[in-house]
Formats: sequence, structure tokens, C-alpha cells
Amino acid sequence: MIDQLTVFLGNQKGRLTALCDAMGRADIQMYALTVADTSDYGIVRIICDKPDAAKEALAEEGFQAAIARVVAVQVPDVPGGCAQVFDVLDQADVNVEYAYCFTSSVGAATLALKTDADVRERLEQSGFRILHPEDIYAS
Amino acid sequence: MAYQDEITHMRRDELEALQLERLKKAVVYCYENIAFYKENFDAVGFDPYALASFADLEKAPFTTKQDMRDAYPYDLFAVPKEDVIEIHMSSGTTGVATVSGYTAHDIEVWGDCFARGIGYAGGGPEDICHVCYGYGLFTGGLGAHYGGLKAECMTIPMSAGNTKRQIKVLDTMGSSIICCTPSYAMYIADTAIEMGLDPARDFKLKAGIHGAEAWSNQFRENLEQKLGYKALDVYGLTEIMGPGVAMECLEQDGLHVAEDHFLVEVLDPETHEPVPDGEWGELVITTLDKEATPVIRYRTKDITRILPGECKCGRTHRRIDRLHGRTDDMMIIRGVNVFPSQIENVASTFPEIADWYQIELTRENALDVATLKIEVNPDFPIDEIRRIEDLQKRLSTALRDELATSIKVQIVEPYTIKRSEGKAVRIVDLRDDADK
Repeated sequence: MIDQLTVFLGNQKGRLTALCDAMGRADIQMYALTVADTSDYGIVRIICDKPDAAKEALAEEGFQAAIARVVAVQVPDVPGGCAQVFDVLDQADVNVEYAYCFTSSVGAATLALKTDADVRERLEQSGFRILHPEDIYAS
Repeated sequence: MAYQDEITHMRRDELEALQLERLKKAVVYCYENIAFYKENFDAVGFDPYALASFADLEKAPFTTKQDMRDAYPYDLFAVPKEDVIEIHMSSGTTGVATVSGYTAHDIEVWGDCFARGIGYAGGGPEDICHVCYGYGLFTGGLGAHYGGLKAECMTIPMSAGNTKRQIKVLDTMGSSIICCTPSYAMYIADTAIEMGLDPARDFKLKAGIHGAEAWSNQFRENLEQKLGYKALDVYGLTEIMGPGVAMECLEQDGLHVAEDHFLVEVLDPETHEPVPDGEWGELVITTLDKEATPVIRYRTKDITRILPGECKCGRTHRRIDRLHGRTDDMMIIRGVNVFPSQIENVASTFPEIADWYQIELTRENALDVATLKIEVNPDFPIDEIRRIEDLQKRLSTALRDELATSIKVQIVEPYTIKRSEGKAVRIVDLRDDADK
């Protein structure tokens, strides 16, 4: 599992800038950033090299930040690659809370997944590679 | 023995005889020394010399905040200026300030009333009284200060603000009784916790005397848990005297009115008829022995009720309930009367929510929209939007059930709601003036 940093942001101009600025000042390297937005607020999910330190630095600056654990799985670098992964989850009757893709040092696309059940073993049995922090953070 | 036990335990018949005797003098005193009362009494045919019972007072006209504004600065003074030794003024945020004057006797009485409250809190000469109400024209600071002196506490005049220094003193000097607004007590507690202290363990507080704003029982419990003490309510207003008009004892079951100095009535705010004990209405106060600026039947706009029966503490002075709000604070949302305290009572049953909230009133398409802005606790699982939506839904359902009107719930980032060192700003009204 990968420690993902989640930040609650009010829908106000400049908050994303303030967040990224704080991350930069705390010397945090980001690999992925995705925003889920509602009319009142946004949930920013970040994969970075030092999630715990990032959370602390953000809390000190008044951000509401939390660590969530997500599965990172390497996606086959072919059309339909993502579908193959989700197909395994469907078969196992697992719900996806959210998912997003990013690229990491392993080259191919990586899919970050938050599911309602642990799917790592099943994905590995189906031949997918589950990534570990060191796979992602190695530069 | 606590401060002035002999007065706070007076037999009811003796106390009422004293009240009536003082009331008779007070109405005549006002009539003879203040032109405003002479005109007003004469206009309605109220004869102060004929007052023979408490019921006779019902014939006397009311005094309102507007009357006091109109009298600015000295028209309601009953004594020459050389007899006045201190002045206080209300904040005047809603208009012209109102002025209250004090003779040496009035300052003595004020100190006595607040000192009784220190006694109610179990305090006395062995205590360190930490006063962090603002000192100045606001009555909070000096009222608590005079009480501290009268109760012979070691009194620390901190005034409000400079929270780090407040915490340093609380942590190192052994303050045992703290006097401030409830929201400032919470701010001090939260700041101390952020600084890595455990105020319940590190501070030596045994009681807090908190007033000047309405606060819920849940807010009180949170304060008591964080600060490891008993949080007690105090009531007062500049127009009458200042804090100490009524104070809570350790039973935490209503505030004992200093009945030897103040006569209280609770009236239906619409009809102005007295309501029976136990029923809510507007508090109306008459000062019984104030010299500089005595007041007959002042309409406080505060909503409370007389608690029937005797207090377990054994004191005989009757109790008013903790304020339900002010007629001024009452919001009319789509035709339904709502008090901020009702919203707070609902919100405070949700443990996910932090202690800070604000109600924003706006108008959309000619309809009032009330939005409750809340901050969630740091451990709330913000990663799951479902959980956030679920919290919003449960809270707005609970609010609708309680208030019979709908309130939007918006979760905001930490520290979005401004922390206060004085009175907390609970309502932000963004409706056009014409809409209110």
C-alpha cells in the first residue's frame, strides 16, 4: 500500500496555490495530484515522497490533511490496460471509491486505487504488479 | 463561609421585605432625581409614592436601550457628577453607546455581587483570580476585578489578548479561577493544547466564571474536559451594572440573581405580561439601590426564565436559567424564529465537529438562506467524500427536525472561522438591510 496525502480545501481562489507552495517550502516532491471537487470544497489527493512530513507541515499551516492508504498497481501499457485491472475488481465484487492514473519511475502507467476491500492479492494472482513505496519514490 | 453568605442565604420573607422597601425608595428616587422618569411616570399615571407591592410596579413604564441612547451621555444620572467615580459604556456596535455611572456605593455593590459568584465557585482568599475579560469601558474586566478584590483573591489583571502570555501565567502562577468569555476560554484551551500542554493537568484551575455570550451545555462540557475545572455562567449588562447581576453556583442549575440589589421580572416579549415561573420570556430588571444611574424596568431583550423551587446549594436568591439568546439575536429564517443557541445545541451533539461555528445569512431569489459553517475535527476521515456528505446530511436533518426550517451545512477548512478574544461572532448577516 502507498500512503497518500489527502487535503481538504475550501472552494476559494488561491487555496491550491497555497497548498502547493506549502508543499514546496517543506521540500516535498509530488508525483501525482488529483482534485475531486464539489460545489463547496475540493478533496486533493497527492502521492509524494514524504507523506507523513507533508501532513505535519500542512497541519502546521492550518490545512486539514490526512493520510489515506491506497493500492498502486502497474497498468499494462496497452489500449484496454486499465479495463483489465478493473475487470479483476468487478469479478471480485469490489467497489472502487476512487481511482486515478499517474506515471512513475517504473515507466508504465500506475493506477492508484481506493477500494472497499483489500484487492492486492487478487490483482497479483491475476498477474498485475503491485507497487511499493520504493518503486514510486526511487528517482 | 463564602463571601456574604448571610445575604445569599437570607430568609425569603426577609429578603422580599428588603426588596420591597428598597423598591419603594428606588421609584421615588428616580422620579425625584431624573427628568426622564418624572415625565414617563406622569405620562402613564404611575404614582411612585403609592407603590405598595411588587404588583404595583407593573404599572410603571419600561426603560429601553433606545431611551438610554437618547439620554447620552448624562441625562439618566441621578447624582451630581462629583459623586460619580467611574463610568462604563456599552460597545455601541449597534448605535450610540449607552453610559452607566457608578458612585462609590455602586462600585462596592458591584464588587460584592461578583465576589459572591467567586464564593459560589468555591473561591475565596486562598484563590488566584485570573481576569482575562477586557479591561476598559467594557464592564467584564473591571467587574471581575472588583469581585476578585472583594473576595480577597490574589487578582491578576491580565485583560484579554496576548494568549501565549495568558497560557504562560496559567501554567506557572497557579491561577485557580479564570474570568473571561466562554469562547476565549476555549481559545486559550485549544491554543495551550496546540502548544503541547495538557491544560487539565498543567493548569491549576478549579473554576471559570464565563459570561457575555450564550454558550451551550455541550460547549461547557468540552471546556470542562479540556481545562479540568468547573465552568460557571455569569450574567450582567452594562446598563444595569455589569457582570454579577446573576451568577451560577457549583450546582450548575441556573444563576442566582443578586436579589437584594436587583428585582427581576420575566415577561412575554409580545404582550409584556408576566409569564409564570418556569416559562421563557424577556428578562426585565429594576435596580433596587443603584445611585448614579438607577434603572426602572429595563427591557434586557435577553430570553430566560425563573427556575421554580430551591437550589440544592441552599442559597435563597432565586435563579434565572442560562440565557436562551437575545430577542436581538433571534433570526427569522423563512418566517421561523431561530436562536443561534438552538443551532449550537444541535451541532454540539456531533462529535465530528470542532467547537467553532458560524451562521451566515444570505438571500437567494427572495428566500432566506442560512448556512451553518463548521470545521471538522482533525481526525475526521476527509479522504472519503461519502463521509463528508453523510455528516452534512445528518446534521442538516437534525437541524431541520429541531428548528422546523432548513439550514445548509457547509464544512470549511480549519481556522476559516475567526477565533475571538472577546465575544464570538456567531452570525454573519449578508442579507441586504432592506431584507431584514
